[in-house]
Amino acid sequence: MTQDGETTLTGAAAAGQTGARAAHPEGSGEAWTEARRLIDGWKGGVNIAHEALDRHVAAGHGGDLAIRWLGKSGERRDLSYADLTAEASRFANVLMDHGLRPGESVFAMAGRVPELYAAALGTLKAGMIFTPLFSAFGPEPVRTRMEIGGANVLVTTESIYRRKIASWAGEIPTLKLILILGDAAPEGCVALGPAMAAAPPEFETVATGPDDPALIHFTSGTTGKPKGAVHVHKAVLYHAYSGRKALGLEPGVKYWCTADPGWVTGTSYGIIAPLVNRVTMLIDEAEFDLDRWYSTVQDERVEVWYSAPTAIRMMMREGAEAAAPYDFSSLQFLASVGEPLNPEAVVWSEKVFGQPFHDNWWQTETGGIMIANRPGMTVKPGSMGQPLPGIEAGIVESEDGTLRELPPGEIGELALRPGWPSMMRAYLHEQARYDKCFVDGWYLSGDLAMRDADGYFWFVGRADDLIKTSGHLIGPFEVESALIEHDAVAEAGVIGVPHETAGEIVKAYVTLNPGVTPSDDLERDIRGHARKRLGPAVAPREVVFRKTLPKTRSGKIMRRLLKARELGLPEGDISTLETDET
Amino acid sequence: MTSTDIRAVYLEELLRVAPDLDADSIGDDDHIQDDLELDSMDVLNLVAALHERLGVDIPEKDYPEIATPGRAVGYLSKAA
Repeated sequence: MTQDGETTLTGAAAAGQTGARAAHPEGSGEAWTEARRLIDGWKGGVNIAHEALDRHVAAGHGGDLAIRWLGKSGERRDLSYADLTAEASRFANVLMDHGLRPGESVFAMAGRVPELYAAALGTLKAGMIFTPLFSAFGPEPVRTRMEIGGANVLVTTESIYRRKIASWAGEIPTLKLILILGDAAPEGCVALGPAMAAAPPEFETVATGPDDPALIHFTSGTTGKPKGAVHVHKAVLYHAYSGRKALGLEPGVKYWCTADPGWVTGTSYGIIAPLVNRVTMLIDEAEFDLDRWYSTVQDERVEVWYSAPTAIRMMMREGAEAAAPYDFSSLQFLASVGEPLNPEAVVWSEKVFGQPFHDNWWQTETGGIMIANRPGMTVKPGSMGQPLPGIEAGIVESEDGTLRELPPGEIGELALRPGWPSMMRAYLHEQARYDKCFVDGWYLSGDLAMRDADGYFWFVGRADDLIKTSGHLIGPFEVESALIEHDAVAEAGVIGVPHETAGEIVKAYVTLNPGVTPSDDLERDIRGHARKRLGPAVAPREVVFRKTLPKTRSGKIMRRLLKARELGLPEGDISTLETDET
Repeated sequence: MTSTDIRAVYLEELLRVAPDLDADSIGDDDHIQDDLELDSMDVLNLVAALHERLGVDIPEKDYPEIATPGRAVGYLSKAA
């Protein structure tokens, strides 16, 4: 185990000490007995890649189709479970040949190409820790995450490397190896194509322990830097179980998860859960394109489709007529995640696809789907559904430093009883922030919600200032930090404002340095600056100028107030307001 | 409107949506998503802006027609 590994395990152990999980010892309960039956275990421990690949090949399913990949320009590639296992093994061998060892950290940043999946699984096979990064991130989010995560290896494309990474890669002291997809690599990097071809296609999966770190997913904080949520190999129990229970993933099912592996959904349910359940995964390299998507569902006979509200709303924009020429009779189950799915979208999808999209709810920290409209359940349009068997959820409110569970119909913070197998075990190097998530035997989600009399949960809003745009959680602090690096900008306050397609979009309020005058050109220049540093998904779509921003006595910008005013809502408690917005 | 005018409007709106781009380095065959890195929200905003400026309705199935400056000029000239 490396230093990083020890740190994360300290975090996990400390969670036990604080009593966070004491009330619900792991592994108890019928649900987890059922979950354990879905996996085999490996050499006395657990390894995700063994469950996802090796055991299927050993059981005679090596010829089953694991991945059908559709390239941007119409290319197709099929990989059987045996093929994918061989590719993952080659990747593990490449890592070991370069002197990397179990416990070290591998970051990947690339589009949806087969090599990315082989890299994720090969990393896990080698007992190393996998961290995906969204390929549309700009250089700043990438660098921050690689520094916090102590990246030892980066897998990426030549184009991403040259544009976003080359100029500072030498300043990451932990970085030992940069692997470039394809046959050629810039100086100081290794071309993955020839390295894979030269590596043996066999690799004995490392015998990892159940609590050894496997994945680190970064998630945004309201203040401070992004947090690296650490997940362990044992999480695979829950990936297997929730994939089965919440999505209906069974061996042989044709499954399409449209999420990018740069985010947690694209890893938990775009790589691990489907392979562990031995489905055939469809992977489309291209971005959303209506006709392409409809043709793909029809031609590939997709049975289970897991997508996101933004995409569903883009389908709705074109109406039922655009869908009418297609045959959707293969579809058996449709699910959606990322942000609440509006009731109209549920009703519309049932009309158009013959099946409603089933909304579900979870977070980077939970590692898997916690609350869902499951197969066979009555869907309540607009509700996230009910907790999966084995998951205990509640609506709580803080009262004199302790938590009180609220009765049905009341709005409070959505909380979960800790102890499910895929729960995060630490925020990397951030014990205090981790501990803050656990109060009185509950994990606090930061989401406000309500439970109805039938036990269905309904999302109300975020309890903090985080922004949900196109299903991605964005921390205002990271955006504000990039904005104030612009020469003209003095201060910045960033909020999410409602948007019919994206849910919310990022909007920035800025004040300017003395002597600088607001103008359209300056607005554009500031947005351009933010896009270069943060990438289009994170940068503000709109920048407005103010003379002053509303601030507390301690000088904190009151984003809550900016938002209330933007939405025309009551301003609430403004007793801490010192200087107001002008 | 001449195709030169249409090209100018297209580039102007593209740069308004994605002001990180450098106008001089955009080629006629550059794909706005694959090469210029616009995301799907950017594309929606571009479509809305072109509608505003040229009065052209661009249905989702025609988005590939505006995916490069070169193709867009041809498509918009016919539609406008």
